[in-house]
Amino acid sequence: MMEGLDDGPDFLSEEDRGLKAINVDLQSDAALQVDISDALSERDKVKFTVHTKSSLPNFKQNEFSVVRQHEEFIWLHDSFVENEDYAGYIIPPAPPRPDFDASREKLQKLGEGEGSMTKEEFTKMKQELEAEYLAIFKKTVAMHEVFLCRVAAHPILRRDLNFHVFLEYNQDLSVRGKNKKEKLEDFFKNMVKSADGVIVSGVKDVDDFFEHERTFLLEYHNRVKDASAKSDRMTRSHKSAADDYNRIGSSLYALGTQDSTDICKFFLKVSELFDKTRKIEARVSADEDLKLSDLLKYYLRESQAAKDLLYRRSRSLVDYENANKALDKARAKNKDVLQAETSQQLCCQKFEKISESAKQELIDFKTRRVAAFRKNLVELAELELKHAKVEYVSRARWLTPVIPALWEAKAGRSRGQEIETILATTGNLQLLQNCLAVLNGDT
Amino acid sequence: MAAEREPPPLGDGKPTDFEDLEDGEDLFTSTVSTLESSPSSPEPASLPAEDISANSNGPKPTEVVLDDDREDLFAEATEEVSLDSPEREPILSSEPSPAVTPVTPTTLIAPRIESKSMSAPVIFDRSREEIEEEANGDIFDIEIGVSDPEKVGDGMNAYMAYRVTTKTSLSMFSKSEFSVKRRFSDFLGLHSKLASKYLHVGYIVPPAPEKSIGMTKVKVGKEDSSSTEFVEKRRAALERYLQRTVKHPTLLQDPDLRQFLESSELPRAVNTQALSGAGILRMVNKAADAVNKMTIKMNESDAWFEEKQQQFENLDQQLRKLHVSVEALVCHRKELSANTAAFAKSAAMLGNSEDHTALSRALSQLAEVEEKIDQLHQEQAFADFYMFSELLSDYIRLIAAVKGVFDHRMKCWQKWEDAQITLLKKREAEAKMMVANKPDKIQQAKNEIREWEAKVQQGERDFEQISKTIRKEVGRFEKERVKDFKTVIIKYLESLVQTQQQLIKYWEAFLPEAKAIA
Repeated sequence: MMEGLDDGPDFLSEEDRGLKAINVDLQSDAALQVDISDALSERDKVKFTVHTKSSLPNFKQNEFSVVRQHEEFIWLHDSFVENEDYAGYIIPPAPPRPDFDASREKLQKLGEGEGSMTKEEFTKMKQELEAEYLAIFKKTVAMHEVFLCRVAAHPILRRDLNFHVFLEYNQDLSVRGKNKKEKLEDFFKNMVKSADGVIVSGVKDVDDFFEHERTFLLEYHNRVKDASAKSDRMTRSHKSAADDYNRIGSSLYALGTQDSTDICKFFLKVSELFDKTRKIEARVSADEDLKLSDLLKYYLRESQAAKDLLYRRSRSLVDYENANKALDKARAKNKDVLQAETSQQLCCQKFEKISESAKQELIDFKTRRVAAFRKNLVELAELELKHAKVEYVSRARWLTPVIPALWEAKAGRSRGQEIETILATTGNLQLLQNCLAVLNGDT
Repeated sequence: MAAEREPPPLGDGKPTDFEDLEDGEDLFTSTVSTLESSPSSPEPASLPAEDISANSNGPKPTEVVLDDDREDLFAEATEEVSLDSPEREPILSSEPSPAVTPVTPTTLIAPRIESKSMSAPVIFDRSREEIEEEANGDIFDIEIGVSDPEKVGDGMNAYMAYRVTTKTSLSMFSKSEFSVKRRFSDFLGLHSKLASKYLHVGYIVPPAPEKSIGMTKVKVGKEDSSSTEFVEKRRAALERYLQRTVKHPTLLQDPDLRQFLESSELPRAVNTQALSGAGILRMVNKAADAVNKMTIKMNESDAWFEEKQQQFENLDQQLRKLHVSVEALVCHRKELSANTAAFAKSAAMLGNSEDHTALSRALSQLAEVEEKIDQLHQEQAFADFYMFSELLSDYIRLIAAVKGVFDHRMKCWQKWEDAQITLLKKREAEAKMMVANKPDKIQQAKNEIREWEAKVQQGERDFEQISKTIRKEVGRFEKERVKDFKTVIIKYLESLVQTQQQLIKYWEAFLPEAKAIA
């Protein structure tokens, strides 16, 4: 198994730091900066090293680190959700559980099937799987980091006591995962909540803004769910097509090593090309996964959190209206009026507080969302372009020496020029010169 | 298409070669021009299957003489023409040397055809080669297309009729361009006739496309995409089959083939049905052959055959493995295309529900891009399949045919061995008769001995002949294989390049939209 995949500092290269801001556009200020500086993968646990830099007075030091596990993140998230004071805010969605099962299974299968494939194939597939494992690992680290950063960036949540404990307390928080009984309780709670949600959503809202938001969010959430699922499937097929190139490459290689005739040299060259293609295709699919699928998944979760906020608000509205009715009844009967009045006041306050912050939160949500989509879509397009160009050039370059006479004799002139244009635009002069040399007939 | 040179008519011998020499310069210029026209591959292949013949006929100069170590005339040529494209250039640019002349490409010269009919072997070896050369030269003179699948009839008796179009300038055909309608069983009938005539003498007869269940759906009348796909697959396979068959110089001469291509009505080949009497006989024969193969232990005197057999075994295995991987790729590519389409729709819906206008527009654009990409993937899958995967399955079947030919050689040897053993027995019998002194029986024994001596000689001759033929055939097969593979793989890679180009265009169009999200 992948024990101790502790890659230390080079693990979080510049690229990864960029991952932090992938789904959220955060203004990190000097007052509180949180990141995950390191991560360690053990049997079924991942240990994150949470590193904080802060100038806030309530921390003992200015810079410190602690080690946390996934369950502790969940504990923190749940504590926010259960806290009544935060009812009016969009709680940043909890990071998903690190899931290495699929990857581990594949590695195991590979180990079992070692006898049935050639040495090269085996090493190739092993490398592939390791790269996959690493990619999943990086993703899960990024998602945990995003959660923390969102909390840190939120003006109210960052002051939460639990959060500070989470950041600072350098002993084990002894947070255990929920046992069966608690999970069952949770399940029932969720059922009640969704039933309630249906009732509550029947109530028409006075405020246009919230009404609009509610319909919008509902539809949006469903569509994002759909798009996220489809995007996942697409990325996966892309990956399996890339894997096929790998196998084809090895078969061609085997054909090529049969003897040393020309056709076999040809096969070897083709097998090389397929190898290169596979690497590029795999990267394409990984990038797609990162920029598109992950984006959609994240916004699926956030839109759920936004929906939850609206639910809480509607709930408090219903409570408020009920309190009003109770007050009227009490006044009519002239019994327990004071009691009714206080409860009505409370409900009113709660409702208004939630409404106010909710409005701001929802507006922020929209801004964040638009910015994140923009960033990711632009990056997606740029990466796709880059990969397509690289693939095109490498293939074109490969093909050229193989049929130089034909190309030059026929429409070759224009084809050669095409290559030159592409190369020129990608700005690689050396490549261009090589290509020209090749076109001029040194095989 | 670059054509082959046609050697002078048989009786002329040397002088004519020099005549050709003077034409050398012209030969080369015309070569260059024909080379230019031959490879249409850089353009997106219209019908990949059809182009294969044109292309594979194209860039290579004569290959037929490569394995011939007999004629000095061609000896030098054998060295020079080593058949790798880059190396072809020195040949083209150098001056025509006497040895090279006979094997360099020439233009199609129709009038030379009458020499073809002189197939009567005066000098056995030489004429054979020359005929092959001529035939090879004429090969580039014949183009076969299979098109227009048409459903004829109704219900379970319906069948697909394909139009077989031949364009040729060979004299053995009455017209230069003609077409006939044929159905699938006609093709199978042709193959079985050719196989029965030529396989046992050692010629590698290209196998016909396989029967498969897909046709019943078409018969029943369901016109959906899978049945059209099936028909297209079959059409392409039939075309490739015919093209391979006519490329074979000996098979091209066969009257049955000619009849198949030319005559408007063909007697229905009933024997090709699986459950007919002939079909069952075939199955029984196949089983008997398999048993025989296990029992015959051949005394292989020629290492070449053993080597080749081993080679073909290996090749078979490798190709099968490769074929499996390519099929997986086709499958995944189709999946990818379907998933991309689904995602495109989903993204469009998401764009609709997004209330920020610029983002909404960008998302719709993304959906469009993905849709176009889906189309691309579909086309790519198509190319994957028709070029690469079908090539591999064709060759797997061809190699089975090659193995069959080797088996026939073994059977021939067996027959010869048996004849020798029988002769021995007859001689012993005669000796016994001599001792027992029965004059009439002695005479009979002597007659029998003579008979069996003749059979032994015949058996030996047959065996030698089949061995020789096989050597030549294998040589030709190898050349064809090299050509085929190279051409097809290059075309396939070019199709991949095309796809990339398109992808680049699409993403370039999308990028500004994405950047425009305010």
